[in-house]
Amino acid sequence: MSTATADIHHDPVESNVNYLNSSYGIKSWLLTVDHKRIGLMYLAVITFMFLIGGVAATLMRLNLVEPQGALVEPETYNKLFSTHGIIMVFFFLVPSIPATLGNFLIPIMIGARDVAFPKLNLMSWYIFVTGCIFAMIAIISGGVDTGWTFYPPYSSLYSHTPVVIMALGIFIAGFSSILTGLNFVVTIHKMRAPGMTWFRLPLFIWALYATSLIFILGTPVIAITIFLLGLERLFHVGIFDPAIGGDPLLFQHLFWFYSHPAVYIMILPSMGVISELITAFSRKKIFGYSFVAFSSLAIAVISFVVWGHHMFVTGQSVYAGLVFSVLSFIVAIPSAIKVFNWTATLYKGSISYQAPMLYALGFIGLFTIGGLTGLFLASLATDVHLNGTYFVVAHFHYIMVGGALMGYLGGIHFWWPKITGRMYPDIWARVAAAIVFIGFNLTFFPQFVVGYLGMPRRYAVYSTEFQFLNIMSSAGASVLAVGYAIPLVYLIWSMRYGPPAGRNPWGAKGLEWTTQSPPPTENFDVPPIVTEDAYNYAYAEAPHV
Amino acid sequence: MSEMAAHDAHAAHPPGFAHQFEDAGQQKDAGTLGMWAFLVTEILFFGGMFTSYIIYRSLHLPGFIIGSHLLLVKFGATNTAVLICSSLTMALAIRSAQTGKSKSTIIWWLVLTMILGAAFLALKFTFEWHADYVEHTVPGAFFGFENRPEWGPNAPYVQMFMCFYFFMTGLHALHMVVGLGILTVLVIMTARGKFSSEYYTPLEISGLYWHFVDIVWIFLFPLLYLIGGRYPGS
Amino acid sequence: MSDHTEQGAHGHVVPIGVYIAVFLSLMVLTALTTGVAYIDLGAWNTVVALAIAVVKMLLVVLFFMHVKYAHGLTKIVVICGFFWLGIMITLSLSDELTRGWEMNPIGWTGMIPFLHHLLS
Repeated sequence: MSTATADIHHDPVESNVNYLNSSYGIKSWLLTVDHKRIGLMYLAVITFMFLIGGVAATLMRLNLVEPQGALVEPETYNKLFSTHGIIMVFFFLVPSIPATLGNFLIPIMIGARDVAFPKLNLMSWYIFVTGCIFAMIAIISGGVDTGWTFYPPYSSLYSHTPVVIMALGIFIAGFSSILTGLNFVVTIHKMRAPGMTWFRLPLFIWALYATSLIFILGTPVIAITIFLLGLERLFHVGIFDPAIGGDPLLFQHLFWFYSHPAVYIMILPSMGVISELITAFSRKKIFGYSFVAFSSLAIAVISFVVWGHHMFVTGQSVYAGLVFSVLSFIVAIPSAIKVFNWTATLYKGSISYQAPMLYALGFIGLFTIGGLTGLFLASLATDVHLNGTYFVVAHFHYIMVGGALMGYLGGIHFWWPKITGRMYPDIWARVAAAIVFIGFNLTFFPQFVVGYLGMPRRYAVYSTEFQFLNIMSSAGASVLAVGYAIPLVYLIWSMRYGPPAGRNPWGAKGLEWTTQSPPPTENFDVPPIVTEDAYNYAYAEAPHV
Repeated sequence: MSEMAAHDAHAAHPPGFAHQFEDAGQQKDAGTLGMWAFLVTEILFFGGMFTSYIIYRSLHLPGFIIGSHLLLVKFGATNTAVLICSSLTMALAIRSAQTGKSKSTIIWWLVLTMILGAAFLALKFTFEWHADYVEHTVPGAFFGFENRPEWGPNAPYVQMFMCFYFFMTGLHALHMVVGLGILTVLVIMTARGKFSSEYYTPLEISGLYWHFVDIVWIFLFPLLYLIGGRYPGS
Repeated sequence: MSDHTEQGAHGHVVPIGVYIAVFLSLMVLTALTTGVAYIDLGAWNTVVALAIAVVKMLLVVLFFMHVKYAHGLTKIVVICGFFWLGIMITLSLSDELTRGWEMNPIGWTGMIPFLHHLLS
C-alpha cells in the first residue's frame, strides 16, 4: 500500500478542504497555479471549441443530404469543412486529454505535489485561450476555405479568406502545447515519488510521456511552416510559390512532418486511458506491461518517419513514396501490440460494464477498424484509388472519434468522481455510451463504402448514386449528437446532486485513488512512498459502485 | 488542515526555492532539463528553415551562389566573432555567480554580454540590411531584377536566396532581441540580490538560451555567406 | 524516486582557463572558415565549412553549455534534437532529390545484381 494509514474498508475521516473549495472567487481560478484547476479550465475551453467544431460538422452533414447541396453554397461548404478540421484538430483533439486529464492526473499519479513548472502551466492556458480567440475571430470574419491543411499556392496566393488570422491562432495554440509537453516531460523525469520507478508508472503516464515527446519535437515545425506561409501571404515573397521558383511540396513536407505525428498526439493519450480502464474494469494486471509501455515510445518515434504517406499522389518521388509506405506499415505494429495486450488483459478478467468500460471496449473495436483501414491507405497502389475520397475521411474518423474521443469520454467518466467528488448516474452514462457507439457507426461506416465507390471528400456536391448512404450518414450524425449531449447534462447535474464518491468508488489501483475525492490542493495528505507495481489488482479494495 | 509532513520551515530553503520541489537540487535539474527541452523545440523551429534552405540549395546552387556573393563576408565574420565573445562573457557571468562573486561582478559580465549582443544587431541592421535595402536586394516588389541581367535564368533563385537570408537572420535577430530582454531581467534580479552560489538557476538556463542563439549563427554564417566559396572564379 | 543531482544546487564549476581556451579555439576556427572560403577546394569548400561549424558547435555545447559535465539525460536530449532535425532533412531530401529519377526500365529486379537474370 502506498500510504501508511487507511483501513481499506472504511474511508478515513475526510478533511472538508479540497482543491475546489480551498479558495473562492474568479481571481483564485484565473491566477491559480494548481494543476487540477488548470486542467478544469482547459476542460471548459476545449468543450466550447468542440461545440464550435460540432456545429460546423452539423451544417456539413445537413448540406450533404442532397446531391446538389441542401443547405449552403460550395464556397461556404469549403469554409465549413476547413473550420471543422482546424477546430477539431488544433483546438480540441490535440489538447483534449493532455491538457485536461493529463494536467489533472500526472502529478497525482506519480505522487508529486504539482507539475514542475506550475506558473508556466497557467501561462500555457492563457496562451491557448489567446489562440482560440484568434481562431474565433477568423471564423467570425468568415472562416478560411483552405482545408485544415492550408496547402499553397491556394492558401498563400488565391484564397480571399482570413488565412493569416487563423494561422496565427494555430501558431499560438501550438506554442501552448509545446509548453505543456515540456512541463510533462520534466515532471515525469524529475518529480516521481520515492519508489515510483519508471516501470511502476501507470501506462497512462507512459502514453502521455510519449505524447509530450511528440509535442516537443513536432510542434515547432508546424510553427515555422505557418510562419513562413504567413510571410508569403503578407509580403508576397516566399519559398512555396512556383512562380518565383518555390516548391509547394516543400510546404507539404514541413506541414506533414508535424501533422502526422500530431495524429499520434491525438491517439496516444487515449490509448493510455484505455490501459487504465481495461485493467480497472477487468480487475486484472495489464498483460505485457513493458510491451505496452515501449509501444508508446515506438509509436512516438516511428510516427516521425511516415509523413510522406499523405503525399503519395501529390507529385512526390515514387522512391520516397516506397520508403514512406514501408515505414507506414511498420508504424501499425506497436498499435497492434497494444490491442493484443488489452484483449489479453480482458481474458479471464472479472469484467464489469460500467460506462467507462463501455467506452474502452468500443475504443478497441473501432480503433482496430480505423487502424486496419489505414493500411489500405499506406499501400501505394490502393492509395491512388482511395486518396481524396471519403474512405480517408472514414478512416481517420474511426480513429479520432471512434478511438480518441471515446477514450476521452471514457477517461472523463472514470476520473469524474476523483475530479468532482461526485458520482454521475451510471445508467444514463451507459445509455449515452451506447447511443454514441450506434450513432458513430451509422455516421461513418457508410463513408467507407461511398469512399471506396469513388465519392470525393471536401466536395459540397456529389453524384446521385451516393445519396442513400449520405442520408444514412447524416442521420447517424444526429444520433451521435444526442449521444454527446446527454453526458453534458448528467455530468453537470452530478456536480451538484450526485452522491459523494469517496476515495475509490471503482476499487481501482493507482495513486490517484488513494487520496481524497476531490483531492486536497497539494494532492496528498502524506507524500506517498510507492512499494508495489502498477495494476496490482490481486490486492485491491472492492469497488462500491 | 492538510500539511506536508516532511515540509521544513521556510527559512531552511534557499531563496528562489519553489515548493513543488523536494529540494534545490531537484529544482535546478528540472529547470535545466526544461530549458534543454525548449532548446530542442528551437532546433526544430529553426530546423524547418534550415531544411528548406538545404533543399533549395541542392536544387538551385548557381542562383544561391550568386545570392551569397551579394553578402558582405567582413560583417558576417565580425558578427560571428562578436557573438563568440558574448558567449564567453555570458559563461563568465554564470561562473561569477557559481563562485560567489559580488553582484557587481555578475552584472558587469551580463552588461558586457548585452553590449556585444546589441553590437551584433547594430552591425546587422545598419550595415548589412540597410545596404541591401539601398541596393534593391530585399526580396519583393522592389527586388532589383532589371539592373542585373547577368543573373539570367538564375534570377528567381537569387531572390529565393535573399528570402532565406532575411527570414533566417531575421528570426535569429528576433531571438537576439528576446535574449537582450532576458538579460535585462537578469541584471535587475542580480541587482536585487536574488542570486548566490546556492541559487543561480535563472542565470544558468538563460545562458543556455544565449549560447543556443550563438550556435544558430555559427551555422548561419558559413551556410549563408560562404557557400560556393569566395575564391576567384567561384 | 527521481533522478536528480545529489550534490544539491551546486553545478560543476568550469575553470576559467577552459573557457578562455574554448573562446580562442572558436575565434581561430572562425578565422579559418572565413579564410578557407577564399581557397578553391571545389566541392570540399562546403564540407570543410560545415565540419568547422560542427566543431564550433560542439565546443559551445560541451563547454559553454556544460553538457560535458551534465547528466546522461541532458546528452540524450541534445542528441535527439539534432537527430530529429536530421530525420526531417534526410527524408525531405529523399523526395526532392529523387523526383527526377527515371523509372527503372527493367523494373525493380534490375536494381538487385543478378536477380534480374535469375528471374527472367
